[in-house]
Amino acid sequence: MGAGCLTERMIKGLSYEERFVSGHRACAGCGEALVVRHVVKAAGPNSIVVMATGCMEVVSTPYPETSWTIPWIHGAFENNSAIASGIDAALRMQGKRDETNLLVFGGDGSTFDIGFGALSGALERGNKFTYICTDNEAYMNTGVQRSGATPFLANTTTSPVGKAVHGKQEPKKPLPLIVAAHGIKYVATCTPANLYDLHKKVKKALATPYGSFIHAFSVCPVGWHTKSDVAVELSRIAVQSRVFPLYEIEDGVLTFTQKIEKEKATPVLDYLKVQGRFKHLKPDEVEKIQVYVDKRYDFLLEIEGKKAFDTLF
Amino acid sequence: MTKRVIEASHAIAIGAKLTRPDVIPMYPITPQTHVVEDLAQFINNGEMKCAMIDVESEHSAASAFLGSIAAGSRTFTATSSQGLLLMYEVLPIVSGMRLPGVMAVANRAVSAPISIWNDHSDAVSARDQGWIQLWVESSQEALDTVIQGVKISEDKGVMLPLMVCFDGFTLSHVFEQVDVPDQKTVDKFLPKFSLKHKLDIKNPKTFGPIGFPNSYMYFKKQQQDAMITSLDVIKKVNKDFKKSFGRSYGSGLLDLYKMGDADYAVLGMGTLCGTARVTIDKLRKQGKKVGMIKVRSLRPFPEKELQVAVKNLKALAVIDRHISLGQEGPLVTDVRSAIYCNDLTVNGYIAGLGGMDITVKLFEKVFSDLEKGKQNGSWLFD
Repeated sequence: MGAGCLTERMIKGLSYEERFVSGHRACAGCGEALVVRHVVKAAGPNSIVVMATGCMEVVSTPYPETSWTIPWIHGAFENNSAIASGIDAALRMQGKRDETNLLVFGGDGSTFDIGFGALSGALERGNKFTYICTDNEAYMNTGVQRSGATPFLANTTTSPVGKAVHGKQEPKKPLPLIVAAHGIKYVATCTPANLYDLHKKVKKALATPYGSFIHAFSVCPVGWHTKSDVAVELSRIAVQSRVFPLYEIEDGVLTFTQKIEKEKATPVLDYLKVQGRFKHLKPDEVEKIQVYVDKRYDFLLEIEGKKAFDTLF
Repeated sequence: MTKRVIEASHAIAIGAKLTRPDVIPMYPITPQTHVVEDLAQFINNGEMKCAMIDVESEHSAASAFLGSIAAGSRTFTATSSQGLLLMYEVLPIVSGMRLPGVMAVANRAVSAPISIWNDHSDAVSARDQGWIQLWVESSQEALDTVIQGVKISEDKGVMLPLMVCFDGFTLSHVFEQVDVPDQKTVDKFLPKFSLKHKLDIKNPKTFGPIGFPNSYMYFKKQQQDAMITSLDVIKKVNKDFKKSFGRSYGSGLLDLYKMGDADYAVLGMGTLCGTARVTIDKLRKQGKKVGMIKVRSLRPFPEKELQVAVKNLKALAVIDRHISLGQEGPLVTDVRSAIYCNDLTVNGYIAGLGGMDITVKLFEKVFSDLEKGKQNGSWLFD
């Protein structure tokens, strides 16, 4: 890497070294690529990446090219956690475990749905790795199909807006909380609009013994039907409207890393109106989503600061 | 070497232990379970230094197997039936990444109806996924083939995963006398595990990229070339094994029994070959010139060797313990294809599905069919 020219553009305090380098084929304005780039930047050079099938695997490794300057492996859609279990065990046996960071990436399809069992199993076994779920709230790589992470009333190609049914009818699976219930020591959420926060959380997660989990908000301009220059701004609005709360669960205790008071919160409408996937919503549906979002946030406020999750590791 | 009377599953576990794996991902399934139970006990007794990963499914067992090998550790696992079917997605990923490792498969029928008993449906239906498949007949061969398998799989010209297929219950739960090799001899026979391409922070590489239409087919060609190379490697390892341990199994690819002057022969895999031997001994006493071809290596399939083996036969019967529904037994298809130019009558028989016995009486019927010049095989119900 030519460090000289990049130094100019580096964000103060963050390393200019790239491990997920330019030339990959991600769409313009991809929020997921931004998350991935900063996670591996924060993790440092002694890292191995396991990645599930999905956009990032496709765009970063068109054989014989690769965007990865660190060891990287992709097996299938649902087995990233299981592959990581094998790597974790092998490194331990070789005496190399302490010197190596193990990062496991999966999209929401991989993490919330098809690979959930493998993730749960690996967490229960105490395998040591940091799992980063890059959540763009649908199966984007296959063409925007509904996943367990698709939000209430969103339009996808398999929860389409029709005369009878108006988008996805079910709520989003509360994955970070389910993961926290496994008794692991560190769970956090992050967005690419809060880079210092993201870097800090990745480092904390990697320093945790056993498994750790980061839920990363990942704007998909193609699937969300937004302009291609909104990923960072929309991430910020997601936090400020309380749609995507920023928090950490350390030793079973939830702490907001950016707490948004109800009075100061941006209306959810501001978050919804710039996205084509919500353009079908009628005012009463927007109101339903506002109530839904507030309820979820209220729940987090209720458990804030308390030992809400038992820690087993 | 120590002579012991042990269960075949235990023999497999001892074989695996002697190869010094670093990691064993495991998931229980009948009738494989004794293998991983024994290995867990070895580890917890402090008899072997190895990490066992108690995964939550066979899909994860195969995936952890993949990850562990890619990270540079010798790895072993075992499964059976539905378990192998659940692993199915990962099988071609392991072979496509050219990761060497051995998996024992206790062959069992597949559902439905659910059957825990032996046939070859599980592994035979996975024959196209780029794994070498060696099929064994006895506990001794099971143990020895795990050791041979590691050497074949890790050969630099091969670099393919390998299944040691042993009949569920019919072999896995049978006690036989077994010569247990000593660790020193095995250590001399097997080199230490080393991978040129692995996940290494000092030498980063990308594993499992996307192959577009301009590259994918080259990967497959290389896998096929490696399979063809493995034909000679399997033979060589079998020969070298004899030098070190005093035993070998036919050519390594095929094991022939009384084929020298045989007019009629049966061909099959696994424990049914033992019953065939007994039948042949009986018929030979009656003056009948009969023999047997045991296929030890289903993949790669030893076409050329088979062409030579059947050269002087008048007719051949192939016993499939699996049916490719809508076609015939896959083994007879392979055999017919291999010896197409030999102009030989080949009858395909389906037998022993879901644990139905394959008896001496059934083999006598098969030989009698051949002698009578019958041109069709049939289903052999005990």
